[in-house]
Amino acid sequence: MNSGVRNFHQAKWDEPIIFELSKAGERGILVPEIEAEIETTIGDGLSVLPENMRRKHAPALPELGQMQVLKHYLRLSQQNLGADLNVDIGQGTCTMKYSPKINEKFAASAKLTELHPFQDEETVQGILEILYHLDLFLREISGMDRFSLQPASGSQAILAMASILQAYHSSRGESEKRDELITTTFSHPSDAAAAAVKGYNVITLYQNEDGLPDLEALKAAVSDRTAGLFITNPEDTGIFNPLIAEFTGVVHDAGGLCGYDQANANGILGITRAREAGFDLCFFNLHKTFSAPHGCGGPASGALGVTEQLAPFLPVPLVEYDGKKYRLNYDVPQSIGKVRDFYGSIPVMMKAYAWIRSLGSEGLKNVARTAVLNNNYLFKKVLQIRGASAPYAKGRHRIEQVRYSWENLTNETGITTEDVTHRMVDFGFHMWSSHHPFIVPEPFTLEPTESYAKAELDEYIAGLQMVSREAYENPDRLKNAPHNSVVHKIDDSWLDDPQKWAVTWRAYLKKHKRDE
Amino acid sequence: MSNRKQRGHPYIPNMVPEVQAQMLAEIGVTDIDELYSDIPEHLRFKGKMNLPQPLSSEYALTRHIDQILSKNKTCQEYTSFLGGGCWQHYVPAICDEINHRAEFLTAYAGEPYEDHGRFQALFEYESMMGELLDMDVVNVPTFDWAQAASTSIRMAERITGRSEALVCRTVSPGRLAVIRNYCHPAMVVNLVGSCPETGRMNMEDLNAKLSSETAAVYFENPSYLGFIEDQGQAIADIAHQNGSICIVGVDPISLGVLSPPSHYGADMVCGDIQALGMHMQYGGGQAGFIATHDDERFVMQYPSRLFGITKTAVDGEWGFGDVAYARTSFAQREEGNEFVGTAAALWGITAGVFLALMGPMGMQELGRLIMQKSQYAMKQLSELNGIQTPLFQAAHFKEFVVDLNATGKSVREINRALLEKGIFGGKDLSTEFSDLNNTALYCVTEIHTKEDIDKLAQALADILS
Repeated sequence: MNSGVRNFHQAKWDEPIIFELSKAGERGILVPEIEAEIETTIGDGLSVLPENMRRKHAPALPELGQMQVLKHYLRLSQQNLGADLNVDIGQGTCTMKYSPKINEKFAASAKLTELHPFQDEETVQGILEILYHLDLFLREISGMDRFSLQPASGSQAILAMASILQAYHSSRGESEKRDELITTTFSHPSDAAAAAVKGYNVITLYQNEDGLPDLEALKAAVSDRTAGLFITNPEDTGIFNPLIAEFTGVVHDAGGLCGYDQANANGILGITRAREAGFDLCFFNLHKTFSAPHGCGGPASGALGVTEQLAPFLPVPLVEYDGKKYRLNYDVPQSIGKVRDFYGSIPVMMKAYAWIRSLGSEGLKNVARTAVLNNNYLFKKVLQIRGASAPYAKGRHRIEQVRYSWENLTNETGITTEDVTHRMVDFGFHMWSSHHPFIVPEPFTLEPTESYAKAELDEYIAGLQMVSREAYENPDRLKNAPHNSVVHKIDDSWLDDPQKWAVTWRAYLKKHKRDE
Repeated sequence: MSNRKQRGHPYIPNMVPEVQAQMLAEIGVTDIDELYSDIPEHLRFKGKMNLPQPLSSEYALTRHIDQILSKNKTCQEYTSFLGGGCWQHYVPAICDEINHRAEFLTAYAGEPYEDHGRFQALFEYESMMGELLDMDVVNVPTFDWAQAASTSIRMAERITGRSEALVCRTVSPGRLAVIRNYCHPAMVVNLVGSCPETGRMNMEDLNAKLSSETAAVYFENPSYLGFIEDQGQAIADIAHQNGSICIVGVDPISLGVLSPPSHYGADMVCGDIQALGMHMQYGGGQAGFIATHDDERFVMQYPSRLFGITKTAVDGEWGFGDVAYARTSFAQREEGNEFVGTAAALWGITAGVFLALMGPMGMQELGRLIMQKSQYAMKQLSELNGIQTPLFQAAHFKEFVVDLNATGKSVREINRALLEKGIFGGKDLSTEFSDLNNTALYCVTEIHTKEDIDKLAQALADILS
C-alpha cells in the first residue's frame, strides 16, 4: 500500500444483461409435480378460467440453468461494494456500521422466517416477546413511553408522525386550522416530503452562521397554524443544537407537537434523549444506529416512539403483555390505522434486538462515545487536507458526522465533489454525492461510526489526500475517473430523455435496438 | 464483572485505551467527554438506561435468542393454510444465497460505479417484472403492496388533478387501512360494492359512484378473497370513459396463467413480490411494485427510484443510473413526488433471482399447479357436511372463502381444534367483512401436498362430526 491507499481493482466481469444469457429450454428450478390423483380429479386446473383471464403467451422471462443464474448474480454481487468490504464511512448520515453475522443467523432461522403473520398468538409468543422487549429497550434509550415498530423505514416513520399530528389536532378540532409543518434545511428531505403527503404546508428554516436553524426564525414561523416541528439533532452537519429544548418549547407554546428525526442517533445513545429535549415523538432507524444491514436500500425499520399523550394514535396493532402472554392489540380507537401491512420489517427488528442485547447500557454508550471519537479524529485529519473544509461552527467539535466541502478544491482546480466520488472508487472506497440541495457547496459527508479501526480511518484519509494531491497536480486523472472500477464514466444523456430512457430491457430493445 | 470494561467489545475496535489516547491527542483533547461540550447539562441524560445485562459473548447471545425463538411454532412444524397477503411458497435456495451475499446485504446507496451490481440487479428485476406484467416501466420496490396501491392512487390524483378514489370493497382490509391513511386528507376514498354471489364488482354501483372527481378506480385480481374478477376490461373502459385511471392490484405469482392486468385495460398495476422468493418472516418479507406503460405522464409522477440502462465512455459497456431523478424528494424535498428513501431493495433483487430461476415455463407450471391444488382443496372441503366452499361462484387462484355457518361451530372454535391437530386453519374473516361472518380465507399453494390437503379435510371432518 504505497501512499497508504490500495492498488485496488474491483471485479469486472463484463457481465451481460440476464436476457442476453437466455437459452430457450434451460431451466433454473423445477416446481413439484402434481399428484396423479389430483390431476385425475381436477384436470389441468386452467379450464375453469374465463377465456379473457387466461394468459395467452408465456411471459418472456429469461431461461437459464441453475448454475448460470447463480453465477450471474454472484458476479453482479462482486461488482458491488458493501460495508463488509470497504471502509464505508463516505456515506455520511447513513450510519454504515458493522452488522453482526450472528444476527443474520437469528433472522434466517426457520423459527422466524417460517412464521405467518396471521398465526394464532399462542404460536408466536417468541417473536412477540422480541417485539415487546425491543419496544421497552427503545423507551429506555429515548425516554418515550411507547413504540410502534410498524413503519418500514425512516420516511414511513415520518409519514406516521405526520399522521399522528393530524389525528391529534383533529381530536382537538384543530386539524384544519393547523396546516403548517416546520422543518429545517439540514433535516432529511423526507421530513418535508412525507409531511407534504399528509397535506401540510412545509416551512423550512435555514441555517445561521453556526450551521444551526435559527431560533428567532422559528419564533417568527410559529402561529396558531403550526401543527408541529420535525427536526434532526445533530443535523447532517454533525453540529449539536444546544437550544433544542428552546425549539420544542416555542412550538409547544404555539400549540404544536415536536417530532425528533433520530434516524441516525449513533453519537448520542445514552448521552441525551428525546424526552429531555422536550419531544413528543421520535423515531430510530433500526437499519442505521441499531446495526441491521442496509440491504442495498431496505428492508428497513423506523421504530416510532411517542409520549403517553400520543400513544392512543399509534398504528395498530400494538404488542401487549399481561404478565403471562403476549398479544396483538387492535383495539386502539383513535389509531391512525396502518402505515404498513402486518407488523413491519420483522427481520430488521430481530437484528436490532440482538444488537442491543449484546451491548447493554454501557455498550451503547461506548458505541456513541467511540463514534464521536472516530468522527472528531477524522475531522481533524480531513481539515488538514488541501482543498477540504467544514463550514460553520469553526473550532467546535462535531458529534457523529461532519458535512465537509470541496469548495476550495473546486475553486482552485475545477475538481468537483462528483469528480472526487468517482476517483475514490479507484481505491476501493465509496463517497456518496446525494446532499441536495447543495446548501454547502461541493458537499461531502463522512460518518465513521464505531465500527472502523483507526487504521481503516487512516486508509480513508490517505485516499482523500491522494485525491487532493492529484487535483492540484494531475486533474485529468480525476476528470476521467474511475479507472479501476467495474465500469467507466457513465453517459447519463439517456436518463432524462423520454425518448431514450429505458427502465426495463424491453423498453431498451424498443427504443435503441432498432437503431443498430 | 470487574474486567468487563477492559474486555472492550468486538463491535467497537477503537475501545483499545492506547488507541483512544492516540486519537484524543491528535484531536487535542484529553477526554471523549470534551467532544460533547456542545450538549448543555440540562439536556444530558443523568439516569441509567434500564437495559438487561449485556450478552457480549456470541455464545451467550445465541443461547438467549434460541431460547426465545424456540417458543415459536412455524409453518414448517404445522401445516398452514393461511394467506391473505402473505403467502407460503417455496423459496429456492439460490434466492437466500444471493440475498445473504455480504456485497448486497451490507451495501446501501452507492454510486453506479462501485455499486454497478446493485443497479444491474435491480434493473433486471424491473425488466423481468416488466415481462411478467407486460408493461415497460416498473419501479425499484417500495415497502409493500399497500404502499404500492396508495402511491398508485396518489399518482392518479396528480395525473388527473382529481381527488377521489373508488376502491372495490373486497380489497384487503389491512391494505385499505394503509390507503385511507395515506390518502387523507388529500383524497376521499369511497368503496364500490360487490356482488354477493360472485364477488365481482357491482357495475351499477361503479357507474353510480363515478364522478368528475374520480381520479382512479382500484380493484385487486385475484382478489383478497381469492376469486378472479373477470370484468376487468369493462371496469377499465368505464373508468376511461370517465377520464379516470384504472389501477389493478395483482399477486404476481398468478401471472404465469392469468392475464396480466395490462391485457384488460389497466393503466397502472401494483402488488407485492413477497411470493417471489421471500420467506414469510411474520410479514417481514413484503415489498411492493408499481408498473405503468412507458408514458411520460405516468413516469414523471413516480416517487420511486427508477433505474435505467445507458452507455458508458467505453464501447460495449453497460451503465446504469436514475431515470428522471429530478421528480424525486431527494432532489426537490416537498416539491418532489411524495417521498423516496430506503424501502425493500434487497427483496427486489431476490425476486429477480426467483424469476430468472423460474423462467417462462416455471411460472406457467407454478400457476397451473396452484390452480390444481387449490381446486382440489375446495373440492375436498366442499364435500364435508356443513361446509360451503368456495363461497363465491367464480374461478379462484390460490385462496378461497370457506363458509362455516352451517357447521354450528365458529371459525374460532374450529381453528382451535385444528391447531391441536397440527394445522393452522384459514384466516377468520368475521371481523373484516360484515357479510362474511363465520367464514375463513384458506390458502393453498404449490407447497401443499395431496396428503396435507387430505389431512385438513379429515381433521375438519373429525371436528365437525
